[in-house]
Amino acid sequence: MADIEKALARRKILDRVFGIVGLIATLVGMVTLAALIGALAIDGAGRLSWHFFTSFPSRFPSQAGILSAWVGSALVMLVTALSAVPMGVAAGVYLEEYAPKNWLTAVIEINIANLAGVPSIVYGLMALGLFVYQFNLGHTILTAGLTLALLILPIVIVATRESIRAVPSAMREAAYALGATKWQTVRDHVLPYSTGGILTGVIIALSRAIGETAPLITIGALTFIAFLPGAPFKPEFPFISFEWLMSPFTVLPIQMFNWISRPQEEFHLNAAAAGLVLIAMTLLMNGIAVYLRYRLRKRIQW
Amino acid sequence: MPANAHVTYSGARALSRGSILSRATVRRLSERAIESLLLVAALFSIAITLAIVGILLYESERFFRHVSLVDFFTDTQWTVLFAEPRYGILPLVSGTIVTSAVALAVALPLGTTIAIYLSEYASVEAREILKPILELLSAVPTVVFGYFALLFVTPLLQRLLPNLPGFNMLSAGTVIGVMILPYVSSLSEDAMKAVPVHIREGSYAMGATRFQTATRVLVPAAFSGIASAYVLGFSRAVGETMVVAVAAGTQPNLTLNPMEGAATITAYIVQVSLGDLPHGSIAYQSIFAAGLTLMLMTLAFNVGGYWLRKRFRETY
Repeated sequence: MADIEKALARRKILDRVFGIVGLIATLVGMVTLAALIGALAIDGAGRLSWHFFTSFPSRFPSQAGILSAWVGSALVMLVTALSAVPMGVAAGVYLEEYAPKNWLTAVIEINIANLAGVPSIVYGLMALGLFVYQFNLGHTILTAGLTLALLILPIVIVATRESIRAVPSAMREAAYALGATKWQTVRDHVLPYSTGGILTGVIIALSRAIGETAPLITIGALTFIAFLPGAPFKPEFPFISFEWLMSPFTVLPIQMFNWISRPQEEFHLNAAAAGLVLIAMTLLMNGIAVYLRYRLRKRIQW
Repeated sequence: MPANAHVTYSGARALSRGSILSRATVRRLSERAIESLLLVAALFSIAITLAIVGILLYESERFFRHVSLVDFFTDTQWTVLFAEPRYGILPLVSGTIVTSAVALAVALPLGTTIAIYLSEYASVEAREILKPILELLSAVPTVVFGYFALLFVTPLLQRLLPNLPGFNMLSAGTVIGVMILPYVSSLSEDAMKAVPVHIREGSYAMGATRFQTATRVLVPAAFSGIASAYVLGFSRAVGETMVVAVAAGTQPNLTLNPMEGAATITAYIVQVSLGDLPHGSIAYQSIFAAGLTLMLMTLAFNVGGYWLRKRFRETY
């Protein structure tokens, strides 16, 4: 009897101990996140100023800024969003609303799951061989945007499918009952209801793309750019210019990488400041996505 | 008048019937066209895979015209950029494996513990807060993790291990481990949550504690899902580039000692890409051969994971 009680007590202690260990393990993850942000803030906060955002990189660490980097990031993201979103949503709509249950659909689905597991640098190699040298698009903003678009396409497709699946079939049946065609049902009912979910997925996907470094280095992004791409608008006819698409570029994470790789410590401070900007942007985007998801879950009651 | 009205009526009917018919045809055609467009978008994802495999094979084939497969897999030196180049991939593979092993040594125990804690111990409110914060770890750009590894973790480790060089695989691997932590913990937790409640309740009814239920019932029952989480974590670790490029050094080094610096496959690709290599040179082709090796490593591990999952799948 005493033995059993002893064993029982031991088991209960083990149970409690594991509860504490589990909490500590969870805290390790959070403390690391806090240490990461803290380290960046201590090193880099002093460099954050108006001047930092409006200056080109420079040989002198105290004069260097991230103007060409954030403009490059913004333009690359524009190309990425404009190509990945229509493509991904269309593929998601097809797989969820149209696709028959056959081998082709199965192959497409398995393929999308596998694409999500391909290392990002491999996308860079593919873009280098295909876009840069076969299609002759050069080391340009266009190539970079398309590369990242391919990289986030699986995320957009999966997010689209999930939010379309959440639309109850009663909605579709009601539309069909009124004589709507399949496309009319999708366009006027299914897509509007799933816009929020798709938007959340797109924001998450873009926040991943904005921090991507390796594939862009692979396609030959420059690390030192002291000019801006041509403006998209101009005063004379036809007022819009696409010259910037073919411009060489750098992006924020590559600028940061370049500063980390320099031996002088002053450049490391610049790297920390660039990292702060980068992390603020990704956390902000993720925050918006979480908020959107929360709002949607609360508001929509079928 | 009535006759006239009748004529007008039937005329209008005929007219409108005609337009209804043609409208229906237009409608059917445009429905078809839209469906085909959407199908093309879905097929595009297959084109991406074909392009990736195609480009890697095409450029690697040119590389292997100059380098024999035997040299590639047995030579212990990778000095492609030197005057007398040697083409042995082993040092890069060893660097990749050591950093990934360190990362997994951090992420698997920690991630599984967190998964058990979140799924069995934490209250619903605590989980709703802790899980999203933890998942932010995977949202941080990898180059920022590189900075953290080189300028925060390495100096910290050097206090414990004074002989640790500035570039080392231990620091890079540890940071990658923290980075992939959310993949391991969230997916494992989802798998444990998916185990039917009656199995959990059966265990409690037998007098088991939460810890015993978790380790002896839930983990075995959710093994296939947990294995998927591990495989995904490994894929991320092997393909991780910026952390190793920043913190593990760029010198190929055939070693299994994580306290040394060594280039990984991905770090080599970055190093070559940063230089201005002429298109078509053997060094240019070498990054595709390296990339193909990376893909094959991930593939091998994924197939292994698939086999494991199939072998240990539990159905209820």
